[in-house]
Amino acid sequence: MIESFEYISLLIIPLFILFTVLYGTFKKIRVYDSFIAGAKEGPAIILKIFPYLLTIFVAIKGFQASGAFDTIRDAFYRLFGFLDIPIEAVSMGIIKPLSGSASTAFFVDIVKTTGVDSMATQMSAVIMGSAETTFYVLAVYLGAVGIRKTRYLVPVCLIADFIGIVVAVAVTRCFF
Amino acid sequence: MNLLWLIMICVSIVFAIFTGNLEAFTKSIFEGAKSAVEVSLYLLGIVSVWMGITKILEDSGLIYRIAHLFKPLICRLFKNIPDDHPPITAITLNVLANLFGLGNAATPLGIKAMQDLDALNEDKGTITPEMMTFIVINTASIQLIPFSVIGILANYGHRNPAAVVFPVLIATGISTLTALLVLAAFRKIFR
Repeated sequence: MIESFEYISLLIIPLFILFTVLYGTFKKIRVYDSFIAGAKEGPAIILKIFPYLLTIFVAIKGFQASGAFDTIRDAFYRLFGFLDIPIEAVSMGIIKPLSGSASTAFFVDIVKTTGVDSMATQMSAVIMGSAETTFYVLAVYLGAVGIRKTRYLVPVCLIADFIGIVVAVAVTRCFF
Repeated sequence: MNLLWLIMICVSIVFAIFTGNLEAFTKSIFEGAKSAVEVSLYLLGIVSVWMGITKILEDSGLIYRIAHLFKPLICRLFKNIPDDHPPITAITLNVLANLFGLGNAATPLGIKAMQDLDALNEDKGTITPEMMTFIVINTASIQLIPFSVIGILANYGHRNPAAVVFPVLIATGISTLTALLVLAAFRKIFR
């Protein structure tokens, strides 16, 4: 079942591109020129996004390197200690919204050190699969259109992340 | 965003001073800058490709057809988008790309969706309710099958790595719904 789904995923983009260029040709569009005209917009968009990305990345890397991250993780761990959540899963819950590459590296590390069948691995797997790198999404999407006033968006995203991780922990408990 | 960034920077520096991680902290700032450049270069490629593809969609009029097709679904969540408008198509494609775990397509199409939504924005620089809904859906992550996680588990000899699919689906479903509910609650309070 998973294999066939993976195959469909592989098919989607090529089929979509094929359909798009054929439909364009059918509508008498010079698809080559259209593609170039669109691609021309790319650099301008990235130039807009870059400062947002840089600003958030500097803050995230600094946060991890300064030891603040470890302290906050330990605090969360102690705070929710009575729930008996593995510390690896707590870390994963905090890393995932901050950085995609760091969370992948960390997940591999958890699998290696605690084993593929451990509670820490299962819980982290569900968190990995069900959470998104919130800060990256915010920087890229807000940067793309130069939004400065985000109103209540950031607190909503942070609360939603927190709930998402609680849900992931609860769901893992039910299943494993 | 301003407050969040300020807190992160100040907390980091205070911690770095007290834990003796000052050198690591300074180094990390430049590492952050470096990875921002790397990610931007990566984005430059894929965003340009998808801008090219969506330009064909626009020139051929297909973008309006897709918008018409998915209008009933999308307009339930995004109330202030006029009928058959381009954002509907970009949002639909972004959501589909997310569902199938096509990260290389989801981000560029999301950027396109933000631009199309911004075209409807009368007060540039200030976020619209539609943009908020769109970003919240994206940060809540709505992937059907987490291929990368399954791949890693399989790599390290998990007997049945696909067992993670169902719990992830339930977790992501519940968290996306609650995220939208939290947004709706904030919208009521701050109206």
